[in-house]
Amino acid sequence: MSTVAELPPPSGPPAGPPATAFAEDPAFETAWRTRDRIGVAASWFCGLALIAVAAAILIYMLIQGIKFVNLDVLTEHPKSSLDQSKSGGFLDPIIGTFMLTVLGIAIAAPVGVGIAVWLTEYGRPAPLARAVESGIEIVAGTPSIVLAIFGLLVFSQGLFSALSFTAEGGAVFGRSFFTAGAMMSVIALPLVVGATREALLAIPVHVREASYALGKDKAATIRRVLLPAARSGIGTGASLGMGRIAGDTAIVVILLGASLRLEAENDVPILGNLRGTGSTLTSYVYNNSPVGEGNAPEKAYAAAFVLLLVVIALNFAIDLISRRRKTAWTT
Amino acid sequence: MGATHLIADRVRGLGRLPRGNRSPRQPQTPADRRAELVLGALAAAVLLLIAGMVVFVIQKAWPSFSDNGLTWFGAKGEVDAQMTEIFNSPADPDNYVYSIGAWPLVYSTFLITGLAVICATGFSLLTAMFMVEFAPGWLQRRLEPVIRLLAAVPSVIYGLIGILVIVPFIGNHIVSDEMKESVRFVIQLDGTSLMVATLILTVMITPIMVAIIVDALRAVPKGWSDGALALGVNRWRALWTVSVRAARPAIVAAGVLASARALGEAIMLSMVSGSVGFAPNPLDGLTFFFEPSRPLAATIVDNADGLSVQPFGETLYAFAAVLLVSAGGLSFAGWFIRRRLRRFSLSPT
Amino acid sequence: MDDLTPPPVRRIILDNMPEPVVPPAATNGHGPVPEVVHEPAARNAVERMRTEDLSIAYGQKLAVNRVSIEVCAGEVLALIGPSGCGKTTLLRSLNRLIDQTPTVARSGRILLDGDDADFLDVTLLRRKVGMVFQQPNPFPMSIFDNIAYGLRERGSKRPGRKELEPRVAEALQRAGLWEEVKDNLSGPALRLSGGQQQRLCIARSLAVNPEVLLLDEPCSALDPISTAVIEELILRLRTQVAIVIVTHNLQQAQRVGDRVAFMYLGDLVEYGAAAQVFGAPQAMRTREYVSGAFG
Repeated sequence: MSTVAELPPPSGPPAGPPATAFAEDPAFETAWRTRDRIGVAASWFCGLALIAVAAAILIYMLIQGIKFVNLDVLTEHPKSSLDQSKSGGFLDPIIGTFMLTVLGIAIAAPVGVGIAVWLTEYGRPAPLARAVESGIEIVAGTPSIVLAIFGLLVFSQGLFSALSFTAEGGAVFGRSFFTAGAMMSVIALPLVVGATREALLAIPVHVREASYALGKDKAATIRRVLLPAARSGIGTGASLGMGRIAGDTAIVVILLGASLRLEAENDVPILGNLRGTGSTLTSYVYNNSPVGEGNAPEKAYAAAFVLLLVVIALNFAIDLISRRRKTAWTT
Repeated sequence: MGATHLIADRVRGLGRLPRGNRSPRQPQTPADRRAELVLGALAAAVLLLIAGMVVFVIQKAWPSFSDNGLTWFGAKGEVDAQMTEIFNSPADPDNYVYSIGAWPLVYSTFLITGLAVICATGFSLLTAMFMVEFAPGWLQRRLEPVIRLLAAVPSVIYGLIGILVIVPFIGNHIVSDEMKESVRFVIQLDGTSLMVATLILTVMITPIMVAIIVDALRAVPKGWSDGALALGVNRWRALWTVSVRAARPAIVAAGVLASARALGEAIMLSMVSGSVGFAPNPLDGLTFFFEPSRPLAATIVDNADGLSVQPFGETLYAFAAVLLVSAGGLSFAGWFIRRRLRRFSLSPT
Repeated sequence: MDDLTPPPVRRIILDNMPEPVVPPAATNGHGPVPEVVHEPAARNAVERMRTEDLSIAYGQKLAVNRVSIEVCAGEVLALIGPSGCGKTTLLRSLNRLIDQTPTVARSGRILLDGDDADFLDVTLLRRKVGMVFQQPNPFPMSIFDNIAYGLRERGSKRPGRKELEPRVAEALQRAGLWEEVKDNLSGPALRLSGGQQQRLCIARSLAVNPEVLLLDEPCSALDPISTAVIEELILRLRTQVAIVIVTHNLQQAQRVGDRVAFMYLGDLVEYGAAAQVFGAPQAMRTREYVSGAFG
């Protein structure tokens, strides 16, 4: 039995008052250097400037929106006339935004949830899981314009002629709601995957173990226990994805064809529209700005205001969903 | 904070799967095996998508690169004129004209991205420090929704306000007649400029960076900030030398993320940066900031109608290939820098 | 016959109902405040810090209730008491670190060398009153940079390396760490062992030459050997700086403490020389705590 080990011998000089006096230390008076004060002032300035910028954007859009939005503009179809600023509304772009968002998230949500479930619950072999994670990151960082023209490349192949219009010469047009919706789902995917993963990871292990102890296999556990528990996370991810889709312009400009109104491809009620072309609020704003053909800033402002309202509403929904998320897993 | 919070999470957990919460191994039932295969196939499809994208885009872009060689990146004169030439090239594939020196476009891309990221890094860092330390409680709470909102505003709205409000303001009131005279023979100054592009792009990428940096500053262990304060260091110094220093990997990651976003911004820049493939000349002094230009992404959007016309389309795909490789290179650089900075710190980034 | 009805309920009726208990007001719900036994400081001790009727509350909850103690140079004041008695709160108020907590409210005075601490610049106060925390918290920098941190980040010009080296060496010697790290001053501080990290934190606090050193359970995260090293360090340092140590380890308080303040649920129950508080405690609660009846 060993006794208490030897303490290491004390090192350093024997006890006594410290060698350097401190009361004469000239550095004592100032705690704040000028640079520090400038730093604090600069951070105040930046914080307030950011608020000012946000307020300016919102207030300006509000003013312009109230000036130019009226019931007609929201419910009329766009008329193709030479003077865009006087005629028609943008009902079709509103429908277009709606259709594209629904289509995009309808593809992205199941795929995203599936990938998230695989990453958290299965994830074998591990190198593949790491590669997929990095892959989701890369997709999130890819510019949407690159995704758009890649989509055009893919959907112009004869293989995908069912998704869009085919000209007489055999050239597949490649632009339709289907194709745009497919690429929109790609940009929404990382958001859905991220939010769902976070929600699944927040569920403690003992919940899964309890389910297995009851004899359920992993697939049933996922379906019956985990996914319902992760509902709010999935909802958050889907809302974020929808916000991203609603705000994207590049994919619309490239992949939706440039028709002002919804041009259905054939007479089948919904499928025809999905195979056809149209516009969305974002491309409508783009086209009516000085950069596009319309040159009707009033319409552009009105549509931009409606778009902003949609985005703010989605943001609000995200807030609500994530606030309700505080599930207590332990008592 | 919504999407920005998710982005911050991505930055923290990049490339690593946490071990703790994964399901314990279970005996495989047929339903399990089916589920694993199906879901695994979905996950692998992501990799297939990326691989396909890289392969397809580079393949389509290859003729343009192989024809020009490295001079593709050089300056061979008016790039707009060259593009018109390519557009008008004869229909015979053997006689396609590919000649282009895309330097003005590449230069514009990196100039705008670089300036915006530099400005945004400083601005975001100071704003994040304000939010974490100096803002009074009620203001702190108000700032989070503001950041989220700014991040959610679509780029076309930024572009609209830019082109309808800021560009005319700059063109009519800020740009003086002398400036316009001084470059009269080279380019026309109408307000669409480097300055407006950089300004609006900075505002667009700031929310992402602020969210990541705020998360990182709040994640610094309290022991360090308490320890610094207990040594009699003032609040700014303690924040700067301890918390910001510990958050350096996150700041780098935020910068990389923001760069990737800025690189790919097409719509807003096509509206405000100018519609000419001009390379702004720093030797012009202050006028440099008011000269128009057009980055790669905006060029693709502006000329999107020509995508199906070869060889013009292939040239556009070449632009996209440059963007793709740059964005990928940025991600790798960010990952690498963060690994190097992780030496002394214990924080999870 | 099977009787399937449950048995009848029996009610217990007391003859004398006990009086309902009315808790006395403003004493955190526990019994009446026991007498505070307070022994004034020894004649020849220089008083460095003093609290006068200090009360600290987090929102509605009173954490420290009208405590008056003295911190004198040349001796170690040990604050003991069970968890939640307010000793850490009291300690953190001495260098006003408690002000960082949003819901805190303070009343009463804290005096440093006769000056009211609330009217001093807080960074000045913290340079004179240093603190070492429960979890060793060396910065993610080299050993040299850790010690030099307090010296560099002052108001005026940053001293150069030549000026800093002797002061860093001196601080490390005072903390008893010099021999172990002198060859590796630029190595990362986080690679040191737990005991070495804590001594590094002590050296870091000593580098700015404080008058008072506050130690918040410095050994609770350390092994017994490191604990012994640090206790021995404390005994050596007490002639140079006044030391206040919070500890929940009674034996440690007996080993290092010169004066002891026993707190219970926010009240200062007993305050006097260590020999007296441990040997012949005058308040009953002290007797119970010291003998281990509760803790």
